[in-house]
Amino acid sequence: MTTITSPTALDTDLVLSAEGIVKNFGNVHALRGASISMRRGEVTALIGDNGAGKSTLVRCLSGIHHPDAGTIRINGSDVDFHTPLDARNAGVETVQQNLALIEDLSVWQNFFLGREQTRGFGPFRFLDSRAMRSKADEMLGGLAVNVPPVTSKVRRLSGGQRQAVAIARAAGWGSPIVIMDEPTAALGVQETARVESVIKRLQDSGVAVLLISHNFDQVLRLSQQVWVMRAGNAVAGRRAVDTDGDELVALITGAKAA
Amino acid sequence: MNTSTTTTAISVERTTPASVLRDARHLSFWAEHAAPIGLVALVIVFSLLTPSFLTLGNVSAMLAAAAILVILAVAQSYVITTGGIDLSISATMTFGAICFGIAFTAGLGFWLSALVGIVGAALIGLINGLLIAKGKVTDFIATLGTLSVATGLALIFSNGRPISVLSPELLQLTTGRIGIVGYPFILAVIIGVIAWVVMFRTRFGLHVQAVGGSEEAAVANGLSAKRVRIAVYLISAVLAGVAALLLVARVGAAEPAINTSYLLNSIAAVVLGGVSLTGGKAKIVGPILGALLLTALSNGLTLLGVSQFYQPLAVGLVVVLAALLTRFQKR
Ligand SMILES: Nc1ncnc2c1ncn2[C@@H]1O[C@H](COP(=O)(O)OP(=O)(O)OP(=O)(O)O)[C@@H](O)[C@H]1O
Ligand SMILES: [Mg+2]
Repeated sequence: MTTITSPTALDTDLVLSAEGIVKNFGNVHALRGASISMRRGEVTALIGDNGAGKSTLVRCLSGIHHPDAGTIRINGSDVDFHTPLDARNAGVETVQQNLALIEDLSVWQNFFLGREQTRGFGPFRFLDSRAMRSKADEMLGGLAVNVPPVTSKVRRLSGGQRQAVAIARAAGWGSPIVIMDEPTAALGVQETARVESVIKRLQDSGVAVLLISHNFDQVLRLSQQVWVMRAGNAVAGRRAVDTDGDELVALITGAKAA
Repeated sequence: MNTSTTTTAISVERTTPASVLRDARHLSFWAEHAAPIGLVALVIVFSLLTPSFLTLGNVSAMLAAAAILVILAVAQSYVITTGGIDLSISATMTFGAICFGIAFTAGLGFWLSALVGIVGAALIGLINGLLIAKGKVTDFIATLGTLSVATGLALIFSNGRPISVLSPELLQLTTGRIGIVGYPFILAVIIGVIAWVVMFRTRFGLHVQAVGGSEEAAVANGLSAKRVRIAVYLISAVLAGVAALLLVARVGAAEPAINTSYLLNSIAAVVLGGVSLTGGKAKIVGPILGALLLTALSNGLTLLGVSQFYQPLAVGLVVVLAALLTRFQKR
């Protein structure tokens, strides 16, 4: 494995770094020692063909998978995520590629799943649904074009509305690291623009965003750093200003070596 | 491609008499409300066929007879909401009854013996939960196994003989009443209310629904599916333990009987209540009404002098019909 460092890398700026991440599913080698890093206040893009291992890496960073080998560092110190809660507590919020929404629950219930607000005392604590509903409404309002009522079941939402819900959920908690696995894949033009402005807004407020996308224009427009994955490895890292779509395509397909 | 800018807003649904009438034209309406509709229909039919059906005495007897099934249906509903099933529920009840009987015979007194019975039942639930959540055994197989284990233990502990229990507290439980409603049914209703509040108003209940809806998504949101699964099997067993006390009170003895009809009826009540066996959609009132329906069915048939042999047939038909109807439920 060659370690890829960028010319302007300053170690103190690294919010998150993953080194030599290996993940096997039986005989499938999904990750073969991938290394990437994210810098404070930057949008970092992760690109690669289908099956390159992007989502698997995301799931390692968000605590769903435990890597077979490799280290993850946040703000310079090693972390070991055994559950998604560990990652959440370390400040990592994720929009999973499959959105991780529960269809038979309402929008607000999905928003607060695992972090419910309750009222009451002692063992008698009940869901504070009114507070959660209005907070969810607020969080969603800034994002979706066709805002679904927060009391509607996710099952009734369109694909784009679901994506908006998952993004608003990840972006709304003030976490320093937000990962979005293909957040605009099902979105229309207006919604895509909204999501891009959410990403910019997060960046402006100092959040480090990891953006997985197949859209090179979007990647070059939004990100400062691009990592290219191929067959379970991060084969190249480029500053967005130093590269272009043609080079990225060549790196993805392997026509050009890193 | 731009595909979603034309998405329409979602209408918020309200129930009005007009909307009920409109909905009644769709099969999904009947599917959604199979239990209350079926219950009302049965009551009308039986009261027309036999005047003794809707008498105070008979209603009171029906409620008393329904109590155990109501509790088991609530218990089964928690398990089925997570997408699981508890086939050991009636065997657990039998085992709890035997534990209670043995403790009582040993002179522990009513309250301590009741605790022994419930804890005994809870052990079976804990084994179910651990097998399913940690051992990754299919719920069907795991609870089929513990069904046999609990039945066997009940036979071994009791030597295959009923343990008669003469306790003033138990007598009070069977004969005590407020108005026409006996204590067993009041207990069942209290359990139903608590179960409803826990399911729909607490974090735990939300987590039960979430795990049943999509375990993968629930886990991605930081929930522990294992903990939830162990908890629902424990709840199921503890409620089976409570039902065991009512069973002993009813029979006057702790019997190592197999009680298969309680198992089938508890699942039937949940299906009648409109709960999908795939999980994720919680209902408590529906299964309770389903339990009442099944009790009314067998009571009415008995009053009409229909042979006992026909009762499983009738229950089976009703359940199959309800199961067919659930296919038309709105998702
Ligand atoms: N849970 C799993 N079990 C078995 N194999 C898996 C699992 N998850 C991922 N894989 C395999 O790992 C490889 C990488 O998959 P991954 O989802 O990470 O790709 P990706 O880069 O996100 O692709 P896409 O662009 O299509 O989303 C694939 O070959 C996939 O089949
Ligand atoms: Mg992917």
